[in-house]
Amino acid sequence: MTNTLKIVIGGHVDHGKSTLIGRLLHDTGSLPPGKAAELEALSSKRGVPLEWSFVLDALQTERDQAITIDTTRVWFTWKDRRYAIIDAPGHREFVRNMLSGASEADAAVLVVDVVEGVSEQTKRHAQLLQMLGITQLTVALNKMDANGYDRARFDEVSLEVHALLDALELQPHSLIPISARNGENLLNRSENMPWYQGPTLLEALGDFKPVHAIADAPLRLRVQDVYRLGGSRVAVGRVESGSVARGDTVLLSPMNSTATIRSIERWNAPDNQPAVAGESIGVTFNEPVFVNRGDVVSHVDRAPFLDYAFRAVCFWLDESPPKVGEQVTVQFGPTTARAVIAAVDGVMDSATLQQLSSDQIPRYAVVQLRLRSPALLPLDEQQAMPASARMVILRGRDVVAGGIVVGVMTGNMPANIFHADHLISVAERERRNGHGGAVVWLTGLSGAGKSTLAMALERALFRRGAAVYVLDGDNVRAGLNSDLGFSFADRAENIRRIGEVAALFADAGLIVITAFISPMQRDRAIARQAAGDRFHEIFLRADLLTCEARDTKGLYRRARAGEISDFTGISAPYEAPESPELTIDTGTTTIERCVEELFEYVVAATGLETRARVP
Amino acid sequence: MNHDADLAQLEAESIYILREASACVDPLCMLWSIGKDSTALLWMARKAFFGRVPFPVVQLDTEMELPEVYEFRDRIVKEWDLDLRVELCPPESSVDQTLPPGARAAARKTEGLKNLLRRDGYRGVILGIRRDEQATRAKERIFSPRSFDGDWDVRHQPAEFWNHYTTDVAEGMHLRIHPLLHWTEVDIWRYHLREGIPYVPLYLAKDGKRYRSLGEKNITVPIDSNASTLEEIIVELEATREPERAGRLMDHEQEDAFERLRASGYM
Repeated sequence: MTNTLKIVIGGHVDHGKSTLIGRLLHDTGSLPPGKAAELEALSSKRGVPLEWSFVLDALQTERDQAITIDTTRVWFTWKDRRYAIIDAPGHREFVRNMLSGASEADAAVLVVDVVEGVSEQTKRHAQLLQMLGITQLTVALNKMDANGYDRARFDEVSLEVHALLDALELQPHSLIPISARNGENLLNRSENMPWYQGPTLLEALGDFKPVHAIADAPLRLRVQDVYRLGGSRVAVGRVESGSVARGDTVLLSPMNSTATIRSIERWNAPDNQPAVAGESIGVTFNEPVFVNRGDVVSHVDRAPFLDYAFRAVCFWLDESPPKVGEQVTVQFGPTTARAVIAAVDGVMDSATLQQLSSDQIPRYAVVQLRLRSPALLPLDEQQAMPASARMVILRGRDVVAGGIVVGVMTGNMPANIFHADHLISVAERERRNGHGGAVVWLTGLSGAGKSTLAMALERALFRRGAAVYVLDGDNVRAGLNSDLGFSFADRAENIRRIGEVAALFADAGLIVITAFISPMQRDRAIARQAAGDRFHEIFLRADLLTCEARDTKGLYRRARAGEISDFTGISAPYEAPESPELTIDTGTTTIERCVEELFEYVVAATGLETRARVP
Repeated sequence: MNHDADLAQLEAESIYILREASACVDPLCMLWSIGKDSTALLWMARKAFFGRVPFPVVQLDTEMELPEVYEFRDRIVKEWDLDLRVELCPPESSVDQTLPPGARAAARKTEGLKNLLRRDGYRGVILGIRRDEQATRAKERIFSPRSFDGDWDVRHQPAEFWNHYTTDVAEGMHLRIHPLLHWTEVDIWRYHLREGIPYVPLYLAKDGKRYRSLGEKNITVPIDSNASTLEEIIVELEATREPERAGRLMDHEQEDAFERLRASGYM
């Protein structure tokens, strides 16, 4: 358990954040000897009373303008605990810096000037704390000295603060009347406010706990890099949550492959101790899996969502607002992907907490966005997994927003997402075509009848008025996939691309029939994932002897003669589907009967209307 | 107080930063002043990359370091199999003469660094600075973009939160990468002690004096101390309120000398 509590001090400009920190350092005996005298000299040089904030506002510009420009950090030790204070600038221009500092904090002090009351940056900073998930919060109502220690005014501003925090569902630990300048109710109780019975600021801080990376949560390890170590490949990264041990079966997302942890790697430390949240480690796998920077390692049963689209709540930092249709980059730690802003679902002015219309988005607004990526992303939602739901948005090289994932659009059913953003609904397409879209995926050995049946089925459906198309091996190999060879990896990629194309066809409302051997279960599973519930796996069963006897293209003869290596059924495996939607025995059934069976199945599956159209 | 958990967390974070730098920034080098901080950081680089430091290690040499420093350097380079590049800094006569004398060595190092960047085109430089050393360093980002002249635009630093760093900068720019920002002086010594990391013996007291911070021999003075082991140094630091750089002349000459140096490229 770490001993350091990180606290961010937030609040409106001039409400006294830096003064509070300077005085806190002084009261806890943390300033170097002579520092107070130095501050006095600096202050009188500028003709101001003793200015505690000069402890922190180290930059010449900051002293001259009496504002904090960038976040800074100082430490003090009190009652056996170390405190790291993050001073966050209050000035509006520097919200970017406030975010940068505050995102690391365990707890927060919100400073409010009791004379002025809740102001613009008070609201904005409270909003930020809520978005950052900082729930340990105390409020210091400062400048009680300037207010004659007036209890009525304290109560009045307390009500204002409570109203603000209630709206954000934040529950403060305490509201403390203080004078930062005079050091009242920080460490020492104030004699001027005998009516206040609550905790001093240091007592309040003493009640807060450091926030730990959560070991008791699903495992998330985002791969930063892959190193060669001796003969093996080590995937390195930090365990963001959960824990991982040698022998664990893990899932690699987004490839969706499983592997077993062979070792946990550390340098100059005992090997193979289980790794827990917060640790930077390396792992090796028993299987020769492909791992890349950005991949997520999880346990199989508590995996992240895999999706192309998600909803996020973001703090928008850039001058120029988010535009629908705009290309951006989304980043989750080392996981990076291109994305399009598909929609702006809500806008809130962070200074007033008022809802705005989405056609005018001011800088620092809190925006609710829908984002869509061409890449499959491993995603977690904020409610369940706060640490792995955090993201930033980049325009080119610039971070323009920080936010959290609040909703995954479909959860492992990526094909559905397209409909959310088209102006044409699924129902409209179906009405016009007279049927739903579908992927009719024929699989079977060479010679099982895939091409023959696909073409006959296409003809029959077309005659019935269906929008239908066959994707056949040679056609695809000649164009879309002309860059691919016949290695194991290239064949898998061939099927993956066909799966994606077929899913798009189905999404456009077409019935697409594919005729590929597609021998590996895993590749067909990926194609199924692309099309979701529109995917229909049809197993054309025929034994090897029958297929070899047909040998219409003479391929078996050449394979037997050793002219073709890796020929499915002869020298390469064929994995029959375990639970296809339909099995047709092409070894024992006539072609006409096979086509009839297929036709009936597709009519039922797509709701094809039976009225005939002009062929 | 048990500090193991703090050290483990700080170390894990620094290793994460080193790995991000190595994955995203190329070409990359690390500055090694041969002091306690950058030596601890080198140790962490060995951890991050399983024993081999995968980038060159650069010493900006004014030829004014104490002899023990050079001796220690040569021993560690051999033992740790480091790719050391010694960059000789331009003479004092070539730097801004309006700077107070104590700050001129720092200015020479700044020029040395600029020469190195110009010549070898590094896109990233890893540095062992800490926030608690000096107030302007406290304002740093972990990945801090600079122009090749070293200009630091403190008013427009990129947003940096939740371990999302700016790892890509425009042509003509480079990144200063700071994996030790969150460490304090006493953390560094506790880490040295826990890990058994070697250090220049000048840090230990001899005849009632020791170096708390190692700089050039003409501008750094030892402090009064009887701490002759790491344990004693840690006890001393837990009690003292004297700043670490009290023995560095340049920090006391003008209110803004350090800031001026930093804005023009000093580390």
